Amino acid sequence: MKFSKKRISTVGALVTSLALMTSACGGSGTIGSSSSGGGNSGGKVTVTFLPKNLGNPYFDTSDKGGKEAVSEFGGTFQEVGPDAASPDAQVPFINTAAQQGVKALVISANDPKAIGSALTQARSAGTKVVTFDSDTEPQYRDLFVNQASAEGIAKVEVDMVTKLIKDSGEVAILSAAANATNQNAWIKLMKADLAKNHPNVKLVDTVYGNDDDQTSFDKTAALLQSHPNLKGIISPTTVGIAAAARYISTSKSKGKVVVTGLGTPNQMRKYVKDGTVQEFALWNPADLGYLAAYAGKALADKKITGKKGDTFTAGKLGKYTVGADNTVLLGDPFVFDKSNIDKFKF
Amino acid sequence: MTMTRSYPAHAHPLWRRVLMTREVAVIALLVVVVLWASATIPNFSGPLTFPFLILDSAPILLIALPMTLVIVTGEIDLSVASVVGLSSVLVGMLHQDGMSIPLAGLIALVVGVLCGLLNGFLVAYVGLPSLAVTIGTLALYRGVAVGLLGTTAVTDFPFKWTNLIQQGFAGGRLPFVLVPIVVLAVVFAALLHFTSFGRGLFDIGLNAEAAHFSGVNVARTKLTVFVLAGAVSAFAGVYYTLRYGSARGDNATGLELQVIAAVLLGGVSIFGGRGALHGVLGGVLLIAVISSALRLENVTVNVINIIIGLLLVLSVMSTSLLGWASKMRRGAGVRGDHARPQKRRVTSSPLQ
Repeated sequence: MKFSKKRISTVGALVTSLALMTSACGGSGTIGSSSSGGGNSGGKVTVTFLPKNLGNPYFDTSDKGGKEAVSEFGGTFQEVGPDAASPDAQVPFINTAAQQGVKALVISANDPKAIGSALTQARSAGTKVVTFDSDTEPQYRDLFVNQASAEGIAKVEVDMVTKLIKDSGEVAILSAAANATNQNAWIKLMKADLAKNHPNVKLVDTVYGNDDDQTSFDKTAALLQSHPNLKGIISPTTVGIAAAARYISTSKSKGKVVVTGLGTPNQMRKYVKDGTVQEFALWNPADLGYLAAYAGKALADKKITGKKGDTFTAGKLGKYTVGADNTVLLGDPFVFDKSNIDKFKF
Repeated sequence: MTMTRSYPAHAHPLWRRVLMTREVAVIALLVVVVLWASATIPNFSGPLTFPFLILDSAPILLIALPMTLVIVTGEIDLSVASVVGLSSVLVGMLHQDGMSIPLAGLIALVVGVLCGLLNGFLVAYVGLPSLAVTIGTLALYRGVAVGLLGTTAVTDFPFKWTNLIQQGFAGGRLPFVLVPIVVLAVVFAALLHFTSFGRGLFDIGLNAEAAHFSGVNVARTKLTVFVLAGAVSAFAGVYYTLRYGSARGDNATGLELQVIAAVLLGGVSIFGGRGALHGVLGGVLLIAVISSALRLENVTVNVINIIIGLLLVLSVMSTSLLGWASKMRRGAGVRGDHARPQKRRVTSSPLQ
């Protein structure tokens, strides 16, 4: 009875668990070993992209742009991220980047503060931190790559609608909530632009769909009823523009009232193809990731420190200058239309 | 029954009863994984690994202690993560109103105790199933937390405190949070394994009615473990708030499942009556070390989840397999010529 069955099975359970562990780890280890092995090897710049969560088409697009940039400058690219966008979920991944001695960490923050101490630790371990898409509080990062300025967004929306209605007639705005900070700032700028540069275009109404699909849909219907001469609707929110386009696409106003604003290609593809919407704007996430990767490299190479006035070149996008608050602006918003919408899957 | 006197009280010598257990198997596996990772994974043996591991898993380590007691009695507490969130929100709001961090933390602790009292009262005195009660309070406490602070966050905590949490002994290699973890672990281990209260917990888990008739105050004991769970969860909430410098209603959402998974991996039976704290601590650290090592290898989070899930299933299965194997052995023993007499079997069967 030296080796009882009980004892054997205890050992057996242990061995099986071990076997599972080592086989599972061994298999996946070969995937990651090349990049983690390169983590500390001399001059090669390692760039880690940490989106809000994995499996999000928007970040798939931006990280693809980042990967393109990293392969252009001969660095090592890796993308990691949590499966849910909760405030602390990114912290273990920031820690891992610090442990690996990654040169540049490019991150879209789930929370402006909760990941702050982890980022500070990573920076003191020598990692440069670039935020993109969603910023942290400024003291936690070296640089923020901003997708668009309020002026740029207001201008592109006014430009699109005035071009589509041939610079004359009535337009209305379908916004998000009445107290939405971003939208209200844009609306203010749009009003100023219309008053100054487009005397024949009249803004007759601003309604609020609360970023709710059904409310936005109903408000669109109400707008068309109360303003029979309406020629254009601007919706500076992705929920609003999709709801407005859905209403117009099945109403008799289709072809008479133009819809434009800020939208995503996946939501708007159908309406661009059926002619309800001719063009709408947003930024190009691929360019955003591409620029953020080059910004990370410039920081890691110590060509810039991220202070105002620093300049660096971002491959095909050209030369960029760091502005106030250690921020780089991607540029003017990107206009999507029938000719280019199929290149974008987000 | 007098016949049993001629046989020793335990079937196996002490060393074997201590070493040949699932708890030790988990700890051995932990040691093996640490050695394997140190040898093969770049940067795992670096100075940052251990402090990060402790800082990130501290809330799970803390809450796993009272959760072990709850599960040993055959109950469950799913509301712990919501108590963490509520405590975090309270610390944030009270601090925003000018209260000092220690005082705000103390009030959060009191609220944690109240949350535990409500859970415990409904389970122990009203007699409702803890699964249903704590699913309800999971939503209730989380709802209050989110309702109090809405979608905003309190983030202006004093640097003195948020910085202190990141620091530690030996140049930061041993985070300060290890102090409450070690102290509470010792207290809970003593409570569970070396007091009559602790033995009462196992009795209740095996058979509450029998425990009652042998003099255990079942209701009061159950109430106590739920209060302990509420208090420690609230403490973890204070830690969480300062660690991340952010009080939000959705803080620590889903943490309860990570805690319960670690407790079960550590060898505690979900049916109650069986488990040990060293196994639970091993279980928490095993999951943390595997995750940390695999992240360093750039394994994606989904694959990590699959591996930990498989490990958990396998570990739970091994308990059943062990039980089955020992039953088979006893069955075989009757027929075998050198088996113990049948009476030994009779005395041991009530423990099944």
